[in-house]
Amino acid sequence: MKTLPKERRYETLSYLPPLSDQQIAKQIDYMLDQGYIPGVEFEKDPTPELHHWTLWKLPLFDARSAQDVLNEVRECRSEYSDCYIRVVGFDNLRQCQTVSFIVYKPGTSRY
Amino acid sequence: MATKTSAGFKAGVQDYRLTYYTPDYTPKDTDLLACFRMTPQPGVPPEEAGAAVAAESSTGTWTTVWTDGLTDLDRYKGRCYEVEPVPGEDNQYFCFVAYPLDLFEEGSVTNVLTSLVGNVFGFKALRALRLEDIRFPVALIKTFQGPPHGITVERDKLNKYGRPLLGCTIKPKLGLSAKNYGRAVYECLRGGLDFTKDDENINSQPFMRWRDRFLFVQEAIEKSQAETNEIKGHYLNVTAATCEEMLKRAEFAKEIGTPIIMHDFLTGGFTANTTLAKYCRDNGLLLHIHRAMHAVIDRQRNHGIHFRVLAKCLRLSGGDHLHSGTVVGKLEGERGITMGFVDLMREDYVEEDRSRGIFFTQDYASMGGVMPVASGGIHVWHMPALVEIFGDDSCLQFGGGTLGHPWGNAPGATANRVALEACIQARNEGRSLAREGNDVIREACRWSPELAAACELWKEIKFEFEAMDTL
Repeated sequence: MKTLPKERRYETLSYLPPLSDQQIAKQIDYMLDQGYIPGVEFEKDPTPELHHWTLWKLPLFDARSAQDVLNEVRECRSEYSDCYIRVVGFDNLRQCQTVSFIVYKPGTSRY
Repeated sequence: MATKTSAGFKAGVQDYRLTYYTPDYTPKDTDLLACFRMTPQPGVPPEEAGAAVAAESSTGTWTTVWTDGLTDLDRYKGRCYEVEPVPGEDNQYFCFVAYPLDLFEEGSVTNVLTSLVGNVFGFKALRALRLEDIRFPVALIKTFQGPPHGITVERDKLNKYGRPLLGCTIKPKLGLSAKNYGRAVYECLRGGLDFTKDDENINSQPFMRWRDRFLFVQEAIEKSQAETNEIKGHYLNVTAATCEEMLKRAEFAKEIGTPIIMHDFLTGGFTANTTLAKYCRDNGLLLHIHRAMHAVIDRQRNHGIHFRVLAKCLRLSGGDHLHSGTVVGKLEGERGITMGFVDLMREDYVEEDRSRGIFFTQDYASMGGVMPVASGGIHVWHMPALVEIFGDDSCLQFGGGTLGHPWGNAPGATANRVALEACIQARNEGRSLAREGNDVIREACRWSPELAAACELWKEIKFEFEAMDTL
């Protein structure tokens, strides 16, 4: 028997071991296949009820591949290495956000 | 067909068939349409029974009254426009009735049901009667507020995307003190559930008065939220003996800043439910709906009201979540029927599809969707099937499947959350949860001791998903 340690989480997929680049790419591929518009958000000290993280540039309307999105994540990370970064997805037909998952936590080497 | 005769008032018992059976009638876009499954008494022709249903559920009275002459019954009468035998059943008929829009008060589910499932269900000429489906015209739909928030706004408020939500009903269902109850809530939420739930029986009993429960639960929500950094909630049941009391509890829930409350829409009644749904929209509370008593109404195949009608009525009356069954372990046909009314709960436009029990195309005209809640008897091994069947826009509730974990609520919650996220990751990577679901769970057990312990306790199960396509 074990007591569950206290740990901060960052919503969808944050109960999995940190995702590798390849795993992140697969999640982005799925999102692009669904026709969602990807985007990157970052925030230094996010609290649970903080709905709006700061948007990195604009939603990536022209992204064609997971690599396009990963490149932006990498750029965002080098500029804001002390910030949490998540990939989000928008569905312009249903007019809502549909995806959000964490891809970088400061202090860990992989994103 | 004219209702009035030119020969002046003629007393006598009504021959409904002449007036209310109109096979040539083409329903209007503004008509409310209903499909009944009728079982006439022996010797009663189906057209006559259909006419009687249309009459008794609209303008008809058993005898002619002189005041009929002061109105234009043609404008107000329901019309049975189609009768067809139910395939594979002896002496059962689908009877389609069109009701003019003016028969119904705007924004009142109560009024619609009082007409459609009122006296007619006791009508002597029928052995049994079941309301199978209703088509609400857009003109009437637009007079309802519907769900206080709807699925997409709920996700935005909760900051949860791309996965089903996870819940758990706190047990034992009766008898915990408010403080012990709050602890059980805290342990579940800190382990990774999004929601916990009051059991439907919990209102305000001597062992735990409502206000004490609300306060201890809210403390649990706030503590778990601060620790996990995720938004948490607990369906605080505000179902009460009077509407005033219900609203008082809802108001207190709002004051303490809780995100979601709960109501039992059938035992509480549609009028109370609609009142509460409006309160919830005005005050930013999500509304979870339980369905105690539904089986009394919807269980018999030949009599009562099908759950798809109750679900549609609830969407109009207002609720953000509604229990819809788990599907897993059921027969193929039932799965199709369940997913049919799940679509009626959460989609904006649903096409007629008899194989899924949908008798009418329904346009909700942009009304918010209701999130289906799958609850009862499910555990981690069911996760792949549930994700496959219900998709992202659902709430999966593991009561025993969380609290029954050998290490307690928090590890039990983590086991469920890990299983869920492993399934989501696998699905998005293109793996088939139908074929590889158990592998996905087993792989996650390698790095999650909480999940491994759960998987040891509950037994692996097998699903045959492929048959779903044959519906």
